[in-house]
Amino acid sequence: MPLYEHVFLARQDLAQAQVDALAENATKIIADNGGKVAKTENWGLRSIAYRIAKNRKAHYVALDVDSPPAAIAELERQSNINEDIIRFLTIRVDEHETGPSAMMRRGEKDRERGPRSDRPERSEYRAREEREEEAK
Amino acid sequence: MARAFFRRRKSCPFSGKDAPRIDYKDVRLLQGFISERGKIVPSRITAVSSKKQRELAKAIKRSRHLGLLPYIVK
Repeated sequence: MPLYEHVFLARQDLAQAQVDALAENATKIIADNGGKVAKTENWGLRSIAYRIAKNRKAHYVALDVDSPPAAIAELERQSNINEDIIRFLTIRVDEHETGPSAMMRRGEKDRERGPRSDRPERSEYRAREEREEEAK
Repeated sequence: MARAFFRRRKSCPFSGKDAPRIDYKDVRLLQGFISERGKIVPSRITAVSSKKQRELAKAIKRSRHLGLLPYIVK
């Protein structure tokens, strides 16, 4: 069975228990259609970058799913109907991530600056000089 | 230096070992590749390889759909 990652956003004025119920419901839909949920991750209430259906914040929940395509179709159909779910994204992946996703890992290495953290100080300095030169 | 316009060849930040994986959930990583206005920065500036740039663009667009990144910053 193919592997999927399903992320959905729930309305901001729901209680945490209701969000858990939504996740539970999604898990049930998958199970009823012959699949299984490998992992459920709750990212909590996050602010959204732009307003979605008059919400400035949303509860994020991510599911790692292993199921037949029909189950995903059913899940998406029901997500579209449910007004508590304001947005969702399902993508097929070659393998599930092991351990917590990038979203849960944030805060641990706070000061590290992603892309060029592995470079030595010196070249970083020169790269910045180059950029300034280009800007002129 | 002999040649005034010599530029050190920049290398792709996503190739080589222990390069970060491009992931739509990794907001902090993706944020480094969008401009202040929220646009995707061209690879000629960030030196990302074409293959990785395509992957990166897809990740940023997914991230925008989920409201993790802005489409535009006014």
